[in-house]
Amino acid sequence: MAEGLGWWGVPLAIVAGTMRGGTPFLFVSLGECLTEKSGKINLGLEGTLLTGAMTAYGVSYLTGSPWLGILAAGLAGLVLGSIHGWLSQQFRVNDVAVGIAMIIFGSGIAFFFGKPFIQPSAPQLPTLNLAGSNVSPAVEAALQISPLFLLGLAIAPLMKWFFQSTRWGLYVRAVGDSPDAARAMGVSIFKVRMLSIMAGSFLAGIGGASLSLYYPGVWTERISSGQGLMAVALVIFARWNPMICLWASLLFGGAQALGPSLQSVGIKQGYYLFNAAPYVLTLLIMIVTCSPKRTLAGVPGALGMDN
Amino acid sequence: MQTWRRTLESLCLSFGAILVGLLLFGLFCALAGANPFEVYGLIWKAAFGSSSTFQNTLIRASPLMLSALCTALPARLGLVIIGNEGALVMGGLAAISIGLIIGTALPPILVQIAMAVAGLVAGGLWIGAAGALRHYRAVNETISSLLLNYIAIALLNHLVGGPMRDPSSLNKPSTFPLAEVNMLGNIPGTRVHWGLVYGLVACLITYFLMQRTTFGFAARTAGGNVRAARIAGLPVGKLTVMICFLAGSCAGLAGMVEVAAVQGAANESLNVGYGYGGILVAFAARHNPLAAVLISLLVGGILASGGILQRSLNLPDATVLVFQGLVFLVVLYSDSLYGKIPFFKEKPIITTSASPPASPGEEPVMTA
Repeated sequence: MAEGLGWWGVPLAIVAGTMRGGTPFLFVSLGECLTEKSGKINLGLEGTLLTGAMTAYGVSYLTGSPWLGILAAGLAGLVLGSIHGWLSQQFRVNDVAVGIAMIIFGSGIAFFFGKPFIQPSAPQLPTLNLAGSNVSPAVEAALQISPLFLLGLAIAPLMKWFFQSTRWGLYVRAVGDSPDAARAMGVSIFKVRMLSIMAGSFLAGIGGASLSLYYPGVWTERISSGQGLMAVALVIFARWNPMICLWASLLFGGAQALGPSLQSVGIKQGYYLFNAAPYVLTLLIMIVTCSPKRTLAGVPGALGMDN
Repeated sequence: MQTWRRTLESLCLSFGAILVGLLLFGLFCALAGANPFEVYGLIWKAAFGSSSTFQNTLIRASPLMLSALCTALPARLGLVIIGNEGALVMGGLAAISIGLIIGTALPPILVQIAMAVAGLVAGGLWIGAAGALRHYRAVNETISSLLLNYIAIALLNHLVGGPMRDPSSLNKPSTFPLAEVNMLGNIPGTRVHWGLVYGLVACLITYFLMQRTTFGFAARTAGGNVRAARIAGLPVGKLTVMICFLAGSCAGLAGMVEVAAVQGAANESLNVGYGYGGILVAFAARHNPLAAVLISLLVGGILASGGILQRSLNLPDATVLVFQGLVFLVVLYSDSLYGKIPFFKEKPIITTSASPPASPGEEPVMTA
């Protein structure tokens, strides 16, 4: 992509990668944010992401419509979410453990049904071209923006508004912060959590669709490199605030683009180490921002409790 | 004291969960267009059918036992560690490094000991770090251990693809191979390597450590109630780091076994599912090291049957992953059934005390 631009290719590729690589992070972290606001953790979004990516690709290939693929990916996420939502709310069942099981199950489903779709190429989502016609092809390629990215940009403030100003947002926050208060309000904790987890998984499924239909735009068994899991750390970093999730997703997308963009200008040494940048970044952020002396600002009160 | 009803309950629920998982998996296979009975038959044949295939199962079970301890031990402290894969990879890398550095300068037995120690220490430090972060920085141990997995795999890919690469390994980048004499041999009369004994011994030692020593008692107390443990003067931080170190060193040893007995070099085959498999074993065994031995045999059998399912029925290798996932989900659900099935309920026994006569409704209730 960056040939002919020399070293300028690196920042350009990172900007482009920020938008491309940030899109799945954005959807998964918003989904995880909604889930955790209701007081449950869903580690299984990694499996949901893979299933979403496979479903989107398969449906897009079979029907020829990438938009149907995106819808199907969301619905597939919804189904996995309903399993997690139901099971993690059973008596004495730990939501983190269910999440690990759902990673195995979700990736199993994705690889099982996705096997026939590894070879054929499915219609991709159309992209919007921001750059004018008189720029070099490299810049043009970098500035192609997916409608999914714009959709994610719109959902973040919408979710913030949902939490702050709507009755349903209040229910979710009440269930996540103080289940007793929610019960006193006459809200069904089970239903609210179920719906939050399902909606969050729907978003994660769409995040998967952005992997297989936008960037990198293929379906392979290695398509996700832990984005679904990093999203959990990302939400902690973002203090359960949808708008900060947006900025954090962009940061992570940029970190992910570091390895490939350095490779594109001929730095091959340590390619794999640069690819580990997002994980190291996540770990460092968690080490710096967590503290044993105080609970984090914004953490839902019931998160990680047995109720 | 546990009564026979309690013991029977946990036995029935554990095996029942696996049976229900099998049933669901059969349903899944039927939906996917395969004959479930044929699938069951093939899994059975591939896992336990003959002494030759059972040896395959044993070969897969030994790293699973060690990897399962990496989740099972911290679970007694109330921590959910899933960094098995990372610790395994780090252990394997450390072991091969030591093995290659020493080469044939020392007798093989010393080289093997040095490799095992390297694996133990590397894996231990890896998960010990997650434990230390948990205690001193309140970093969620599940997520940090998971991130450490990815970092370890990146390190493996980097070293295997660059600095430590054997130029003659073209298709599958590997490190230079370990000298033949330094490889772990097989148990006489079998194809099963000595790693199985490592796994069995590790499970036995950790079982006694957790159940029969003051150290294990302290750890279980801290897992039950951190505040009470602090008031009792237990060094919770030290316990956390030590247990995590121990857990990681078990997984690191699994990496050493894979390198020194199976692969003969470090390459990307190191992370072929013993990580998640180990987590599944730990949860299905309810974090009991002895039960982990049995469950490892079962899961090792499932892993061993992956190839044959693909060849005979043309099912994708991911079939095994779906199976594992289903069993895991049902096992977790079975936890919620404890104490809900009337047959297993303890019957309250009303004891008649000599004096003074109890007022109505306040008879002392004891359970047998």
